[in-house]
Amino acid sequence: MKKGIIIAAILSIASASLFTACKPDPDFDAVKTEELSFKIPQGWPIPYYQFENNKVSQANFELGRKLFFDTRLSKDNTISCGSCHQAFSAFAQLDHAVSHGVQDKLGTRNSPALFNLNWHTSFFWDGGVNHIESQPINPIQNPVEMDENLGNIITKLSADNTYKQMFTSAWGNDTINSQRIFKSLAMFMGMLVSSNSKYDKYKRGEAGGNMTAEELSGYEIYKAKCSSCHTEPLFSDFSYKNNGLPPTSVNDSGRAHITRAAADMYKFKVPSLRNLAYTMPFMHDGRFDNLDRVLDHYAGGIHQSPTLEPQLQNGIQLNSQQRSDLLAFLNTLNDESFVKDSRFQQPK
Amino acid sequence: MKLKSLLIVLLATIGVVACRKKDDPVAANNTNTNTTPQDSSTQLKISFDNVVNGMAVQLTTGKYANANGDSFSVTMYKYYISNISLYTDANAEYKESESYHLVNEDLKDSKSFTIKNLPAGNYVKIKFLIGVDSARNVSGAQTGALDPLNSMFWDWNTGYIMAKIEGTSTNATGNNFAFHIGGFTGFYNTLRWVTLTLPANAIVAKGKQPGIHIRSEIKEWFQTPNLIDFSKMSFVASTGTKAVNIADNYADMFSVDHIDN
Repeated sequence: MKKGIIIAAILSIASASLFTACKPDPDFDAVKTEELSFKIPQGWPIPYYQFENNKVSQANFELGRKLFFDTRLSKDNTISCGSCHQAFSAFAQLDHAVSHGVQDKLGTRNSPALFNLNWHTSFFWDGGVNHIESQPINPIQNPVEMDENLGNIITKLSADNTYKQMFTSAWGNDTINSQRIFKSLAMFMGMLVSSNSKYDKYKRGEAGGNMTAEELSGYEIYKAKCSSCHTEPLFSDFSYKNNGLPPTSVNDSGRAHITRAAADMYKFKVPSLRNLAYTMPFMHDGRFDNLDRVLDHYAGGIHQSPTLEPQLQNGIQLNSQQRSDLLAFLNTLNDESFVKDSRFQQPK
Repeated sequence: MKLKSLLIVLLATIGVVACRKKDDPVAANNTNTNTTPQDSSTQLKISFDNVVNGMAVQLTTGKYANANGDSFSVTMYKYYISNISLYTDANAEYKESESYHLVNEDLKDSKSFTIKNLPAGNYVKIKFLIGVDSARNVSGAQTGALDPLNSMFWDWNTGYIMAKIEGTSTNATGNNFAFHIGGFTGFYNTLRWVTLTLPANAIVAKGKQPGIHIRSEIKEWFQTPNLIDFSKMSFVASTGTKAVNIADNYADMFSVDHIDN
């Protein structure tokens, strides 16, 4: 906890030095830099990624945001990152078990919500990607998502004078290359921090953080039944677990697809429990439309298999009062200020 | 305190990066590992000649046979050479900074490069890695030889393809073979170090233009220690035992052909 405060303090001094040390640089004026501070929320661990070898600036953030919402990153200019990662859906895609790529092609996995990504040690449901900057190339090149190649994207963006100006503002000259594209996208995505739910205010003792008796009871149930994988404060330990979902005809092997280890069969990255109100449907393939279905699964739908998470052998049994208390607590993890944050919306 | 010093370094780094307004901050990542004094007028050219049976490979048109007796032609041949070290007769090591090279048989300019400003001396040995070291496989977006635009990068399971050969063979299923070799950790690590003693000294000095000509013998991909039978294995495009077996095969494909002085 103390570490977090020190880091936040040092970072703010560091960002202050951005405009005191190099005052003549118009890209780093005080107001803009202040807008774009990356702060580690109180009590949170040190993130895995803190924009090392990237460039923390408003210009880079705005470039990343433009790229994120630009359909030219897809083969037929119809799909952007934001098509399947919508701000109002905490950057998941509401009501889509799987998303539509170019020409309405369908994938096999649910579009994950994007927030607090700097704390993630891997990306995708199978954790196949090891760095936030290496993430965007995957959906861009995937034939059922954006189906585009990097050379075409660079050609398209290079023909746009607005991009030339924005790359110059962000990177010092108008060279457009894949590294800059990925770093700018990482700048935008890394800034998507969600830490202002009622739960967060409760933990910080702030106004608006008064939990009801029901919510507090649900918090205790969460701690007893869910917290070993959905660990506070990110509400995931980012490990891979088989949570007993019966395999479908897709027979997605999950983490084993990456590691080739039998021990990883049917394991998927533990998702956060934050912002669930905005991100349904749930699970790696979006098979459950609502949280009641999820809790029904944990109560009586566990599929036994050799890699099943041992803690789920007998499922999670809750009486109706416990269930409604737990749902009340989960509801305190929704961060409305995050999904409505004007900085994160599609540029007009 | 460890944390404190870490933060001071972080703070200093941010300060430095903020002032490099005309450069990519990314450049700050590229630390120069040279520890010896540099001479601004020296150079050493390193060339790669890709051969089959000692003769320059002819993409598409050349007809060859592997150790198993399978006929084959090569349509694509690419590999990374990284982390080059050169050693003098006084056993002084020179490490090339930002040492990442992608050799592509189809691109003439990619098959040789010149290291400049290295210490004068009689160089007797070269060491390099086939592939891209694990650090650069986990460090996010890269550029230059490491740009994923070069089609030597796996997007779904992050990591570089260390070496790649594609071609045709009537013995292979579908008459094609493709070996994309990658994997940088643990049991599936395909990185292989190569150390070659030079047959003559490469004399680096002001005004000299020495060169090291290195051959890669493509047939080695398919033999020793693992004999490749195209009818049984013609496609590798992910990490695993097959990739490791082929990396073990090509680990000894390099030799020094001759030295220019």
